[in-house]
Amino acid sequence: MLYYAVKRLGSLCISLIIASLVIFTCIEIVPGDPASFMLGINAQPDTIAALREELGLNQSLTQRYFGWVGGLLTGDLGTSYTYRSPVSEIVADRIAISLPLAIYALSLTVLIAFPVGLIAASKRGSVTDVSVMGATQLGIAIPNFWFAMLMVLIFAINLRWFSAGGFPGWDAGFWVAMKALTLPAIALALPQASILSRVMRSSLLDTLSEDYVRTARAKGLTRRQVMWRHALRNALIPVLTIIGLQFSFLLAGAIIIENVFFLPGLGRLVFQAITQRDLIVVESVIMLLVFAVIVVNFLVDLAYAWVDPRLRVQS
Amino acid sequence: MSLLSIQNLSLSIHGKPILKGVSIDIEAGQVCGVIGESGSGKSMTAFSVVQLLPDGASSEGKVMLDGIDVLTAHESTLCDLRGRAVGIVFQEPMTALNPVKTIGDQVMETILIHERVSKAEAMDRAADALTRCELPPDRFPMTRYPHELSGGQRQRVVIAMAIALRPKLLIADEPTTALDVTTQAEILQLLKQLVTEDGMSMMFITHDLAVVTGLADKIVIMKDGEVVERGHAATLHTEMQQPYTKQLFAASTHQPERGQQSTPDPILKVENAVRTYLLPRQSFFGERPEFHAVNDVSFDIKRGECLGLVGESGCGKSTLTRAILGLEPLKSGRITLDGEPVSTSVAQRRMQVVFQDPYGSFNPRHKVERLIKEPFHRLDRQATEQEVDDALVSVGLQPSDKHKYPHEFSGGQRQRIAIARALIIRPDLIILDEAVSALDVSVRAQVLDLLVELSREFDLTYLFITHDLTVVRSIADRILVMQKGKIVEQGATEDVFGAPSSDYTRSLIAAAPQLPDMTKASTS
Repeated sequence: MLYYAVKRLGSLCISLIIASLVIFTCIEIVPGDPASFMLGINAQPDTIAALREELGLNQSLTQRYFGWVGGLLTGDLGTSYTYRSPVSEIVADRIAISLPLAIYALSLTVLIAFPVGLIAASKRGSVTDVSVMGATQLGIAIPNFWFAMLMVLIFAINLRWFSAGGFPGWDAGFWVAMKALTLPAIALALPQASILSRVMRSSLLDTLSEDYVRTARAKGLTRRQVMWRHALRNALIPVLTIIGLQFSFLLAGAIIIENVFFLPGLGRLVFQAITQRDLIVVESVIMLLVFAVIVVNFLVDLAYAWVDPRLRVQS
Repeated sequence: MSLLSIQNLSLSIHGKPILKGVSIDIEAGQVCGVIGESGSGKSMTAFSVVQLLPDGASSEGKVMLDGIDVLTAHESTLCDLRGRAVGIVFQEPMTALNPVKTIGDQVMETILIHERVSKAEAMDRAADALTRCELPPDRFPMTRYPHELSGGQRQRVVIAMAIALRPKLLIADEPTTALDVTTQAEILQLLKQLVTEDGMSMMFITHDLAVVTGLADKIVIMKDGEVVERGHAATLHTEMQQPYTKQLFAASTHQPERGQQSTPDPILKVENAVRTYLLPRQSFFGERPEFHAVNDVSFDIKRGECLGLVGESGCGKSTLTRAILGLEPLKSGRITLDGEPVSTSVAQRRMQVVFQDPYGSFNPRHKVERLIKEPFHRLDRQATEQEVDDALVSVGLQPSDKHKYPHEFSGGQRQRIAIARALIIRPDLIILDEAVSALDVSVRAQVLDLLVELSREFDLTYLFITHDLTVVRSIADRILVMQKGKIVEQGATEDVFGAPSSDYTRSLIAAAPQLPDMTKASTS
C-alpha cells in the first residue's frame, strides 16, 4: 500500500512539473510578447517597456520559469496587473468561496446520488426505477442556470428563505455563509447528482450480475444484504472516478452559477482575468486549478486502493 | 423420504422452456452425478433447488428439500435454507469470490448470517472449515484476499464457505471444470472426503463422464432439459439403454483414425528458446527479478505429424505458442520454420492458429466471409470467392454460411469457422491452442475427426496444445510434457502414456479421471 502511494505521489509530482511547463510555455511564449498583449494595441512603447521590466520579461526563459515556479512554491504569485494587489491574496479570497461551494455541492451530489442509485438498482425495471431514471434524465437536461433562476424566484423572491445572491463572507458567521451558498450548491449539484446516480445504478447492476453475488446469495444472504455487503464496495470504482472529475469541474466550472448568484468565486476571477488580459492572474489560477485536479486524482487513486485490494500490490 | 426430491419439474425463462418434467431423488448421504452437455439444463435444475434462478423464470412441479417445498416457500425460508441446509460450489473459482473481501470474512459470513454467534467464534469455525478444506490458517492466513490464491485454492475457499455449516446437501456445479488435472483430482478427493465425513448428500453436475466415476452413487443423464437415463454409477456403463447415453460414452473415448505418416525432416525447430518476464520490484531500489516463462526449450516438429504439448496452466504453453507464432521476442535461442526465423513474414504466412474460445476469437460485427479472409493480409493478393467457399466446405459448412455473423452459429460450428480461417491460406503448420477444450464431448469428437481428415487432405502439421490428456492421447503422434517452462518429457504418445519417465508425467496421468470401460470402448 505504501509503495503504491509513493508511486502515485511520484507520478503526481511529474504531472505537476509537466503541467507547469505546458502552462508556462503557452502563456509566456506562444502568443508573442505578453506585455504588449496585456496592454492592448494602443499602448505606448515606453509603457510596454516598463511592464516588460516589471514582469521580468527581460530575463532569460529559464530564469523566468524558475522564478515563477519558485514563486508558486513560496506562495508569491506576483502582483496582478489589473487589481494592483498580490495575486495570492486575490486567489485566497476567491478560494474561500469556491472551495467550500465545491465541497458543499459535491456532498449534496453524493448524498443524493448514492441512495437514488441504490434504490434504482435494487428495484431494477420497476416503476420506481423508471421514474427515478426519468428524473435524472431531466436533471441532466435542465440547464443549471435556469434551475438556479427558478430557485431564486421561488426561495428568495417568493418565500424569502434565502437571499437572491451575494456572499456575506465567513466573518458573518459559518451558518450565514453556508446559507448563502445553499442555493448555488443545489443548482450545481442537480446535474452532477443526476449523472452520478446513473453511474451508480449501472455500476451496481454490473456488479449484481457478477458470480460472487450469486455465491453470496447461495450462502443465504438476502438481496438487500448482498447489495450492502458485496455489491456496493465493488461498484464504487467507476463512481469514484466520476466523483473526482466532478470535484475538479465544480471547483472551476461554476462560473455561470457564480454569475447568477453574484458570488466572487474562482470561475469569475479567471473569466475577468482573461477578458482583462491579466496574464499573471490567469497563469497562477490555471496552475492552481491544475494542482487541485491532480491532487484530487491522487486522492481518487488512493481511494481506489482502499476499495480494491488488488490495486495495492500492483507493480 | 428422500432428502431432495425433484418431481416433474418444468422451468421456463421468459416463456422459453428450459426444463421439461425433470425428476431426480437424492437420498441422505447419496452422491448423484448429473451429466449433460451445455444447454442440457443440468445447472438450471440445481439452481431450481435453491431458487437462484434468473429473472423471468417460472417453475412448475414440486421440489422438496429437507421437507420444505422450495417452489412455494417464502424468500425468507429460502434464505434460511441456502447455506445452512444446502451449500453450493460453483464452476468458476476465479470469479466466485468477492475480490474486495478477505477469505476469512467470506467464510465467516456463512456462519454469521445463519447463527447468533460472536465474531470470534465465527472466526474460529471459519478457520476450522478452511482447515478441513486444506487451507490451514497458519499457512494461508484468513486475511488473504482471493487474488492472492491460485484457482485450486480459491475453489477450496468456495467449498469451505459451502460446508461451513455442515449442510445436508452439497450442490457442486462443474466444480473442477476450470481447474488443471492435478488440482481437479485434489478437489475431487476433498469433496469425496467431506461427503463421507459429514454424511452429506451431493448433487454433482458435470459434462465429463469420467469425473463422476468413482465419486457418484447414481448418475442421471440429461439432454435438452429432460432426464434421458438414470442408473447406478457402477453399472450404468454396461447397462445403458438410451442411444444418447451410448453416444456420450463413445464420444468421451473417441479415437479418430490417424492415417497420416510423418516424414523425418523437421518443419519447425525450436532451439534453446528462453523467454523471461520482469516481475514487480521486491524492494525500492532492488533489481526487478526475472520469471522464466519458457526456459531453455528445444524440440522439432516433423512434417505431417501431430505433436501434442501438455502441461498445466502457467507452465509456459501459451508463451511458447506465441513465441512460435513470432509474437513474443525470445531472450535467447532460436525458432525457425523450414530454416526461416518465425519473426519473418515469410515464415508467419505459413503458420496459422486456432484458439480455445470460439466465442471470443471473432469480431462479432464481421461476417464469416470477412473473418475467414483475414489471414490473406499476410499475402500479396486477395482471397477469391472460390477459396472462401472451399475453406467452408472443407470444414463441413455451407458456402452460403459466409454471409452470416458468428452469433448465428453454435460453439462447435464457430470452431469449424476458426479452422476454416486457419486453413484458407493453406499453411504448413497449424497451432491448435486448447482448440477443443471448450467444446462438448460429442462436438469435440466431431472436430477431432475433422482435424485428422484435414491433415490427411492438406498435408498439415499440427502442434496440439492442451491440458486434457484424454484428447491428446487420442490425436497426437508424439507428446511433449511441459512443467514450469521446461520440457520434462517427450516421446511417442503410447510410450509416454505407457511408461512415463518423469514423475510429473506420472502424476498427471494418475490424476486424469478415467472412464471405467475406457480401454474396452476404445478397442472395440
